[in-house]
Amino acid sequence: MSLDKATVASIATLARLRVPDDRLEPMVADLNAILGFVEQLEQVDTAGVEPLANVTGHALPQREDAVTDGGYPERVTANAPDPAGTFYAVPKVVE
Amino acid sequence: MAGILDLDLVAARDALRAREISSTELTSAYLARIEATRDLNAYITVTADKALAMAAASDEKLEKGEGGPLEGLPIAVKDLFCTEGVPTTAASHILDGFEPTYESTVTAKLWDAGAVMLGKTNLDEFAMGSSNETSYYGPAVNPWRATGDADTRLVPGGSSGGSAAAVAGWAALAATGTDTGGSIRQPAGFTGIVGMRPSYGRCSRWGIVAFASSLDQAGPLARTVADAALLLSGMAGHDPKDSTSAPLPVPDFSAGLEDGVKGLRIGVPREFRIDGMPAEIAALWAQGVEWLKDAGAEIVDISLPHTPYALPTYYIIAPAEASSNLARYDGVRYGLRVDGDSLAEMYANTRGEGFGAEVQRRILTGTYVLSAGYYDAYYRKAQRVRTLIRRDYDQAFEKVDAILAPTSPSDAFPIGANESDPVKMYLNDVFTVPLNLAGLPGISVPAGLSARGLPLGLQVMGPMFEEAKLLRVARALERAAAFTARPAMLEGV
Repeated sequence: MSLDKATVASIATLARLRVPDDRLEPMVADLNAILGFVEQLEQVDTAGVEPLANVTGHALPQREDAVTDGGYPERVTANAPDPAGTFYAVPKVVE
Repeated sequence: MAGILDLDLVAARDALRAREISSTELTSAYLARIEATRDLNAYITVTADKALAMAAASDEKLEKGEGGPLEGLPIAVKDLFCTEGVPTTAASHILDGFEPTYESTVTAKLWDAGAVMLGKTNLDEFAMGSSNETSYYGPAVNPWRATGDADTRLVPGGSSGGSAAAVAGWAALAATGTDTGGSIRQPAGFTGIVGMRPSYGRCSRWGIVAFASSLDQAGPLARTVADAALLLSGMAGHDPKDSTSAPLPVPDFSAGLEDGVKGLRIGVPREFRIDGMPAEIAALWAQGVEWLKDAGAEIVDISLPHTPYALPTYYIIAPAEASSNLARYDGVRYGLRVDGDSLAEMYANTRGEGFGAEVQRRILTGTYVLSAGYYDAYYRKAQRVRTLIRRDYDQAFEKVDAILAPTSPSDAFPIGANESDPVKMYLNDVFTVPLNLAGLPGISVPAGLSARGLPLGLQVMGPMFEEAKLLRVARALERAAAFTARPAMLEGV
């Protein structure tokens, strides 16, 4: 299957990515080339095969549900582009 | 001091311990070399003052006969590792001005072991690329030139291209890299050095800018196999801050290096003989097989039947994980912010301007393959094929101790040569990607020169967490290959 311009524009919206109109057309071509390439996976019979996400075989460790870090908001917000004290500031969300 | 740059990591360590040289002398020589090789664009940030301060502190310890296993050794860090108070860019515009207030586990371990930080090396943006050309800071340049063509600048490979260029051009004694689909091994092969990707979980990912979390793994780039083993010892180890970090003791990777391959079984996977493989790559591979056979190994033909599907599997899983990981760059908490009339517009403007074209391609690919209605067809499917790829290796390692293959299907190509075709660029990783999907360790060793006079690497792959055996095979290969060629730029250095 092949993506059209409108579909790519809507994926870009989902990804919160502004893609200007003049860059949309080449992006459609690139994505279709990539999807065309990966479609060869359809040839592989994966019936009854479990998906793999964990390659080490180690179970995820558990720990006590307790606070182990924190208490330094100035360090956390040190790189904020527009800080308000030790808060992040963003454009107004609620009118 | 003449010849000081000629010392490799192990030799420099011994010279420092014997007080034949000081870390300040060694570090100053590298800082001067970095200035002399600015054309390589290997570094994004050089931390000269910090390097000299660390060197002075190391000299004090060495003076007293103290210090860690890497005491006083100047190394470079891929600019994907967060370093406290030192800009960390991931070679992306979107991390403009970002100075972490914390240190990655791997680099913290290296500094604890006594290593000296020269600076942060160039890379493909967010480690997404195979040529270092997607860097916001411009491409790093391979120290090598093709015979008779001194003018054409070649790529050093990627994504750890700056680290590879720095080590190959002697602008660092060794360097860290990360390998998500070949990003340590391929640049090592392109620049005539050694590059190793350990098993997934061997090095902590904490504090490394995430690309594809189930594939990313840190590792060393160095001049020799022994150097790589030494640096890896300083990087590896369990870290409670990374839940996927392996809770295993770290063996002495340098201990059995010279034990040879006598009695070991080396697999040669038939599916790596791809159509259109250049004759010189096939010949070098055959030569590598002969070398190991002559050294006493038993050669076994093996099959890894799902190899042809590794690349398409990777180009679903890696972008999917990347699109999720990169959602955090929103202009709110760090880095670039491009204003907009609403919060959503600010996000979109920041990300549209802050990410380069390749990163945007992967975010969009990842978003699509994870979107409702396509998740099973693409992402789940790829994860199932990943199981089959891993199973191929598990079955192979029942029969063999290690696997030998080429590192890459070509030698280094000119800057700009493959830029216009993303899929063609992806094919660079055809021999390296399967290992990342399987989670296994691999190492590239310089093994010969192409007809154009450029380095070619051979790759050894090993079973999970058996890095020590892998390094032993790599050392045997290195000894047999006796690769002594150097880029012309090193003449007289």
